[in-house]
Amino acid sequence: MKKTIILISINLMFFGAILSQENFNKLPSVDVKTLSGKTLNTSKISNDGPIFLSFWATWCKPCIRELIAIDENYIDWQEETGLKVYAVSIDDTKSTGRVAPFVNGRAWEFEVLLDANSDFKRAMNVINVPHSFILNKNGEVVWQHTSYSPGDEDEIYEVIKKVAAGEDINH
Amino acid sequence: MNRQIIIIILLLFPFFLSAQEEEKNSGQLHGNFETIVQTYRVDTIIGIDSADVPREKALSNSYMNLTYTKGKFSAGIRYEVYMNTLEGFDKRYDGHGIANRYASYTSDELEITAGNFYEQFGNGLILRTYEEKTLGIDNSLDGIKLKYKPVKGIKLTGIIGKQRLYWTLGPGIVRGLDGEISFNETFKKLAKSKTHFLLGGSFVSKYQKNLNPKYNYPENVGAFAGRINLSRGGFIISSEYAYKINDPSADNSIIYGYPIFKDGNALFVNASWSKKGIGFLFTALRLDNMSFRSDRSASVNDLSINYLPAITKTHTYAFPAMYPFATQTNGQVGFNADFFYTFKRKTLLGGKYGTNININFSQVNSIKTEKITINPDAEIKNLDGYTSDFFAVGDELYFRDINIELHKKINKKFKISLIYMYQDYNKLIMQGKDSILHADIGVFDLTYKISSKQSIRFATQALLTDKTQSGEKNDFGDWYTGMVEYTYSPHWFVAISDQYNTGGHTNPVSAHYYNFAAGFVKGANRIQIGYGRQREGIVCAGGVCRFVPAASGFNFTLTGSF
Repeated sequence: MKKTIILISINLMFFGAILSQENFNKLPSVDVKTLSGKTLNTSKISNDGPIFLSFWATWCKPCIRELIAIDENYIDWQEETGLKVYAVSIDDTKSTGRVAPFVNGRAWEFEVLLDANSDFKRAMNVINVPHSFILNKNGEVVWQHTSYSPGDEDEIYEVIKKVAAGEDINH
Repeated sequence: MNRQIIIIILLLFPFFLSAQEEEKNSGQLHGNFETIVQTYRVDTIIGIDSADVPREKALSNSYMNLTYTKGKFSAGIRYEVYMNTLEGFDKRYDGHGIANRYASYTSDELEITAGNFYEQFGNGLILRTYEEKTLGIDNSLDGIKLKYKPVKGIKLTGIIGKQRLYWTLGPGIVRGLDGEISFNETFKKLAKSKTHFLLGGSFVSKYQKNLNPKYNYPENVGAFAGRINLSRGGFIISSEYAYKINDPSADNSIIYGYPIFKDGNALFVNASWSKKGIGFLFTALRLDNMSFRSDRSASVNDLSINYLPAITKTHTYAFPAMYPFATQTNGQVGFNADFFYTFKRKTLLGGKYGTNININFSQVNSIKTEKITINPDAEIKNLDGYTSDFFAVGDELYFRDINIELHKKINKKFKISLIYMYQDYNKLIMQGKDSILHADIGVFDLTYKISSKQSIRFATQALLTDKTQSGEKNDFGDWYTGMVEYTYSPHWFVAISDQYNTGGHTNPVSAHYYNFAAGFVKGANRIQIGYGRQREGIVCAGGVCRFVPAASGFNFTLTGSF
């Protein structure tokens, strides 16, 4: 009986989740840190144009490949769409110190955030990195993707262009 | 168990409310799920006899998280299913149920969470509750968390609770307070200063009843820590010092110090300087008797209150990660240095697209100790501790890693990565067997982009060990591997690999560890199937490790997020 109730409850919630998928989605309110140590609440993340938000770590090869691919195009994409990239590092205390010299050593110009105890990652239901999101200028999440294969950046940019133009994303 | 049903109903309540208000677009329900299934078969070539194959033949770990948010209110549950727990994870996970549930209210100034929560004070030296699924770690606290931000830049946190221990809670109560001030945010005068300055302090105490008639264990054990974070221009310095008062435990064999049970301490320093194209990092960590658990008899990965990071570099390729460093909580002194550099485009070494290098060096030794005698009573004399010179380095080498990484885009089609690594690994300390192992490791990785959507990647690695005194190759001997991976963006991938082991001192038999994997990704959902052999080894994350036995069979992974 007990198990049945639990299972039914979970099914209900799952069903609710499917229903509620249409009206996504502001970013949750979680504190993360900037490289200089300041606290930033994620609900305050905003931009006049689209935002590409990517969860990564210094020890994650596909994450780095994805960010390199974005970096190679960043100047052009910024000019064309007003894009802003947030690279959220989930490196814990073991390697949070590596993030600043790593990012600067690579000459990346992304907004880098530190999520040392994965609070933001958990709130965004991210399981594995890389996991990236695209937000429109209202701060609503309109697209998400996990993992990275070479060429994914083309799809990412198609979505970013649509978002910049105010089109609907049917993913 | 009735309690759980009530909790579910309470959790569902806002959902039903919101369902009626669907048009107002009020609440959101999100979540994620993961299922891992592995089948097991007899495979004597890699040492799996019928006795090693679990009777279930197939094992599975799964979970699903659901989070409901409505304005300032949020609530969540996690349902976990281990039927039965995968090999290499603690079998106390066997079973299923609601492992995690919480409700919270968050405004700009105040955050209240009741139920299971994760929290980290500073760098985690005296408190970090977290979840690391790959290691089977979930030391979440079940209790209350309060966060209060009275003015901009000041944050106060209070926690109280008991820690998760598989399907139960640990016996100890954990209580903690943390305060942090970011001067540049709090004081308007400093708002535009180029120097950013942050101070923090925390206190954590655990309570566990003493049921031992022989020893007068302290029932309350306190730990405190202070931290500083300073940044200006390209410089960032962050440091934390922690101190723990008399804490006899299974980890430190109930060690005596002065005046009674031994205290512990830790110093963690991170300093970096970087600007566009170049970066330096220096990290140091000294620990003495810093294991801190909410049950003094707990061991391995159970009920840790604090987190003692491994300061050595985390390697991602299989062979550089084969002999990983694990933090020695009873005592270690170590440091790590990194140099990151990008050779600019259109220079000799930079070529057309620039070249990235990373040179890394780390070494960890024992702390220098001197035995002391406090107890004349012969029976407890063997519990006598030691004194330790804070600034001295012990003679015993635990770990050394020198590596250089090079990444280069050759042209529009080709990218390469090269790694060389020189490693010394103290097997006696890390695994309780033999002595120092030396290994030389090389990695070559080439990506070829066939078209805008298709690419193929080749990676080869070699790990060569030294010889033991008897002339055999150390431990399992040498390893060679080759891997080919084909990806079709954005959905498909196929990979095939073989790791060849020559055999050595520990296991003289040579073997091929072949693997096949294919997967499909769409949006935030991913499915993967694989077949092959998994070598025996150690999986680590952040200095915490678990042992994985050899396995052979099919595996299946499904992850999703919504």
